[in-house]
Amino acid sequence: MIEIVPRETTRPLLTALIPVIAALAALALAAIPLLAAGAPLLQAYKQMFLGVFGSFFTFTEMLTRATPLIFTGLAAAIAFRAKLWNIGGEGQLYLGALAAVWIGTGMIDGPPALMIPLVLLAGAIAGGLGMLGPAILKLRFGADEVVTSLLLNFIILIFVQMMLEGPFKDPMGLGWPQSEPIIDAAILPGLFERMRLHAGFLLAIGTALITWIITALTVWGLKARAVGENAAAARHAGIGVTRLMLIVAFASGALAGLAGVSEVAGLKGYLTSDLSPGFGYAGIVVAMLARLSPIGVVLAAIYVASVFVGADSMSRAMGVSSFLADLTVSLSLICVLLGGFFAQFRLRFRGAQTP
Amino acid sequence: MIDILQIFLSESFWAASLRIASPLIFGVLGALLCERSGVLNLGIEGIFVVGAMTGWMAVWLGAGLWGGVLAAALAGALFGLLHAILTVPFGLSQHVSGLGITLFATSVASFTYRTALPDVTSPPRIEPFRAMDIPILSDLPFLGPVLFQQTPMTVLALVLVLVVWWVMDRSALGVAIKAVGDNPDAVNAQGLSVVGLRMGAVVAGSALMALGGAFLTMSAFDAFFFGMVNGRGWICIALVIFASWQPGKALLGALLFGMFDALQVRLQTEAGSFIPGQVFLMIPYILSIVALVIAARRADYPRALLTPWRKGQR
Repeated sequence: MIEIVPRETTRPLLTALIPVIAALAALALAAIPLLAAGAPLLQAYKQMFLGVFGSFFTFTEMLTRATPLIFTGLAAAIAFRAKLWNIGGEGQLYLGALAAVWIGTGMIDGPPALMIPLVLLAGAIAGGLGMLGPAILKLRFGADEVVTSLLLNFIILIFVQMMLEGPFKDPMGLGWPQSEPIIDAAILPGLFERMRLHAGFLLAIGTALITWIITALTVWGLKARAVGENAAAARHAGIGVTRLMLIVAFASGALAGLAGVSEVAGLKGYLTSDLSPGFGYAGIVVAMLARLSPIGVVLAAIYVASVFVGADSMSRAMGVSSFLADLTVSLSLICVLLGGFFAQFRLRFRGAQTP
Repeated sequence: MIDILQIFLSESFWAASLRIASPLIFGVLGALLCERSGVLNLGIEGIFVVGAMTGWMAVWLGAGLWGGVLAAALAGALFGLLHAILTVPFGLSQHVSGLGITLFATSVASFTYRTALPDVTSPPRIEPFRAMDIPILSDLPFLGPVLFQQTPMTVLALVLVLVVWWVMDRSALGVAIKAVGDNPDAVNAQGLSVVGLRMGAVVAGSALMALGGAFLTMSAFDAFFFGMVNGRGWICIALVIFASWQPGKALLGALLFGMFDALQVRLQTEAGSFIPGQVFLMIPYILSIVALVIAARRADYPRALLTPWRKGQR
C-alpha cells in the first residue's frame, strides 16, 4: 500500500528551488528521447548548451526568443493568480500583432516617439478585448472561460489568415499572404549591431517589473489575489469581484497582445499567420514554472527560450527532431507540478500485512 | 432556399454529418466519463493527437486496422493514467495538469513521428477502414448510405454510446461513478474506493478520446499530419457541457455539430464566390462557443468536478 501523508515540516529553501529542480529534471529526462533517436548523449547536451551560450550572438538569439514568452508568461500568471483561466494567449498575441500592423503600416505616420507607443497601445487594447470577451461570457452566462478562450485561438487565427488574404494583404508580397511591412518609425529598434535582439526585450523586462510592483505592492494586486483564493470571501469583504475580474482579464489579454506587437514590430517587420510557434501556450508553462511570480516569469522564459534555441541548434547539427524542445518544455511543466506536490506531501510505503 | 432544402434531403449530407460527428462522439463520451467522476480532462486535445499518431503508426508497422484501434486506445489510456495520478491521488490542479498532458502528449506524438520518419516529404499512407457493404442493409434506400455504408469505426462509436449509456444509467458501476463525481465522501463511507473509481474513469475516458483521434487517421483520412486534430478535443469539452453529461445528448450534440459542419462545406461551394472561405472555417468554433453559452446557465455540473479528494480530509 502507498499512503500519501502531509509533511510535518516544509523546507522553504527546497520549496523555492522546486522550479529549478523541475527544469533540471526535465532536461535529464530529455535523455530518453535523445537515446531513442540514437543521438550520442554528451555531444547532444553539449551542442544544446553551445547553441545558447556558445557566443554572444547565440545568447542574444535566446533573449530574442524569450521576449514574447515573458509577455505571454505574464499574461498567464496574472490571470491564473485570480483563478481566471486565460488559455487564449495565442489568439490574443495574434490580435495584438494584427492591431500593430493595422496602425503601423501607413494608416498613421509620425515620429517614432509617437508611432511606437501607438502600436504598443493598439496591440495591448486588441489583446485585452480578446480576453474581455470570454470573461464577459463567463460572468454573464457562466460559460467556462477555458473552453471559450481556447476556441477563440482557432477563430482568431483563421480571422488573421482571412485578413492577410484580404484587406491586409501586401500587394508587393508576390502573392504570399502577408501584411505590408511596418513603417520604419513604428519599428522597435535593435539593441546591437547585426543582432536580432530588439527593444521589445527591455520592454518585456520593464513590464515584468511593473507587473511585479502592481501585484505585490498595490491594493489592486492584493485584491486580485484575494479573489483568486476565495471569491466568495472576497465579495463578502466588499471587493467588487466582477469589476476586478474584468480588469484582470483585460490586463492579461493586453500582455499577450504586447507579445504580438513585440514580435511583429521588433522581429519580423510584417505579419504572417505563422508569427507564433505556440508562444501563447508556452506562456502557460512559463507562468507555472515561475509559480505565477512576475519576476520568476523572466527567469522561466529564459529557461524555456534556452531549451528551444539550444534544441534547435542541436537538431540542426545532429539531425534529432526539434520537437525535442516541445517535449522538454512540457516535461518541465509536469515536473514542476510533481515538485509542488512532493514539497507538501510524501509517500509512505507500507507492507500489506500492517492494518 | 431551395438549395438548402435540397441539401437536407440528400443522403450524402446525412452520411457526411454522421462521419464528421464520429470522432467527436468518441471524444465527448470520453470527456463525459472523466467529468462524471469529478475530473476535468483537458489532456483531450493531446490524447486525440496521440491516438491519431499511434493508430496510424501501428497499422503502418503492420498491426492491422483493429490492432491500430487497440494501440491507440492503450496509448490514450497511458496518458490518461498520468493525468489520473496527478489529479486524483496527488490532487493537483486539473486545469494545469490537463494542459500539461495536452502539451506532453502532442510533443511525444510529434517527436515519435518525426524520429521514425525523418526524411518523408509527403506523409506515408495506410489502407484505412473502408465503407461497409452489408447485404440488404447497405442497399436500403436512404438509411443504407447514411447508416450502413459508414466505416466500422462509426458503428463502433454508435455502439459505444449505447455501452456508455448502459454503464452510466443502468449499472451499479455507473451509479458509483456518478456518485464519486457528486459526493465522494458518501462513496467513501460506503466502503468504495474514491481514488480507484476516479482513476478508472479517467483512464477509460482517455482511451475513448484516443479512439476519436484514431478515427481521423484510420477512417477519415489515411495518413498523419501535424495539426490535424485542430481543436476537435476542445470542441468535445464544450459539447459535453451542452450534452449535460448524458450519453444520449452527447450523441445528439455531436450529430448537430456534424450537421452544421457538413452544411458549411456545402454552403461554401454555393456561396464561396462572394464570402471568403475562412468565414466558413470559423463556424465550427463559433458554434461550439454558442452551444456552450446556451448550455452554461442551466448546466448541472457534477458537484465535485475540479475538487480533489483526500481520505480523511474534507
